[in-house]
Amino acid sequence: MATKTGAGFKAGVQDYRLTYYTPDYTPKDTDLLACFRMTPQPGVPAEECAAAVAAESSTGTWTTVWTDGLTDLDRYKGRCYEVEPVPGEDNQYFCFVAYPMDLFEEGSVTNILTSLVGNVFGFKALRALRLEDIRFPVALLKTFQGPPHGITVERDLLNKYGRPLLGCTIKPKLGLSAKNYGRAVYECLRGGLDFTKDDENINSQPFMRWRDRFLFVQEAIEKAQAETNEVKGHYLNVTAATCEDMMERAEFAKEIGTPIVMHDFLTGGFTANTTLSKWCRRNGVLLHIHRAMHAVIDRQRNHGIHFRVLAKCLRLSGGDHLHSGTVVGKLEGERDITLGFVDQMREDYVEEDRSRGNFFTQDWASLPGVMPVASGGIHVWHMPALVEIFGDDSCLQFGGGTLGHPWGNAPGATANRVALEACIQARNEGRSLAREGNDVIREACRWSPELAAACELWKEIKFEFDAVDTL
Amino acid sequence: MKTLPKERRYETLSYLPPLTDQQIAKQIDFMIDQGYIPGVEFEKDPTPELHHWTLWKLPLFDARSSQEVLNEVRECRSEYSDCYIRVVGFDNIKQCQTVSFIVYKPNTQSRY
Repeated sequence: MATKTGAGFKAGVQDYRLTYYTPDYTPKDTDLLACFRMTPQPGVPAEECAAAVAAESSTGTWTTVWTDGLTDLDRYKGRCYEVEPVPGEDNQYFCFVAYPMDLFEEGSVTNILTSLVGNVFGFKALRALRLEDIRFPVALLKTFQGPPHGITVERDLLNKYGRPLLGCTIKPKLGLSAKNYGRAVYECLRGGLDFTKDDENINSQPFMRWRDRFLFVQEAIEKAQAETNEVKGHYLNVTAATCEDMMERAEFAKEIGTPIVMHDFLTGGFTANTTLSKWCRRNGVLLHIHRAMHAVIDRQRNHGIHFRVLAKCLRLSGGDHLHSGTVVGKLEGERDITLGFVDQMREDYVEEDRSRGNFFTQDWASLPGVMPVASGGIHVWHMPALVEIFGDDSCLQFGGGTLGHPWGNAPGATANRVALEACIQARNEGRSLAREGNDVIREACRWSPELAAACELWKEIKFEFDAVDTL
Repeated sequence: MKTLPKERRYETLSYLPPLTDQQIAKQIDFMIDQGYIPGVEFEKDPTPELHHWTLWKLPLFDARSSQEVLNEVRECRSEYSDCYIRVVGFDNIKQCQTVSFIVYKPNTQSRY
């Protein structure tokens, strides 16, 4: 569909529908595809609204400008090629848009998001808009290096195979001195956890400056490693006010020989995240990614960005771990939908599957995988379900579930490690964790007093909420 | 209330009571079912960051049953009774190691 203005320049307000709604268009392999959930304002036809979405997120401006005549719009415009009503919803539509690859700078997640979720989200003809999924063309994907190491290399570096990794966020969130904090880390690690974690709020506050924390924590890691004979780590949060501060902290972390640092990719921003990720690859430091602010963006069903898009963007920008919900804990997330974006994080090829929320087939073209992190409100009784749901390539983080143990951090850590290994052994022996999970935990309680104490404390706790996130 | 005693560990399955030969066999059966290639490694004084333990013979590319692997574990155990022994597994499709678990610890008294 040609869009030349053969008759010269005519000033006036754009009729987007003529130019940007092209139902006959067949998307190319090189196009970046996006699926939006669109709620038009009352009285605005869906096709017209969809055309406006395509226009406002690519080449369009509300009025015609004479300099349009100097460009080849057909080469650059986004095209809405499909509009379908959302099943079971009144006045909601899935709107599919194809964007020519040349609209985007190579290797820049920032640039992709600035286009796709920029001005268009404030567009007047829309009541609400949500970006549900993106399909990155392989040619564009190959301009990214993705995770600094990926799951396979991380396992090789850590010497840990055939089981999920275990972690714990050190609490209380705020107020511990650096030395008290280091002790809490040491006790967790010596008990059998692989990692401990800075809470996202911990940056460099007056009660505990970053350099003091890094040094006490590193001492804790080294002591625990020497005593247990296993590789240990702590996600040192290098998120900071400026990129220069962030890099200073990362450089110091590397200097003292710590294996992993941490960043908050949404509050820190994609540009900072990509910079840090590239540095991590160059310097052999693993990168744990926290996702503060995600619920602001992804929680509303009809407006914002679905977390699968944020997760896919993070895989491009780079990170070795990413928090992705627990399915079973205190934070919500429907199981199939969660597993759908977990696939996007760690598989090499993901088929289109609406029941898992994946609107497009995505070829990841050998980009390393990101390890999903399940954290928040989980304890030993959740272990069988977590192993069943997430499998080996995951990191399970028990914060309260470790530190809240009646005997302290080290026995709390052992309880979790014993529960995990009992589940792994049982699963590999062919037992069903879904059906026999509680029996497996009870059997292990007979020989592990630490686990027995944990099971005694937490057996009554239940989290049962309806998940908001369904298609 | 108890203080956790200090104890050296050897990664996956090292927090369980020592595995019996029958339990080891079940773990190996699982590996073979997954299509992984089993192997045996040993080391006298392994440190946490030591990535390469010494390989016992070659990985058992043709192993069809856990018994074949277990026989190698036993042979390794009698020849290197002062060494730690673990069973490993390789995935030639993903092109990486996927399994490692401890099957023998010399002269150690586990608490369990």
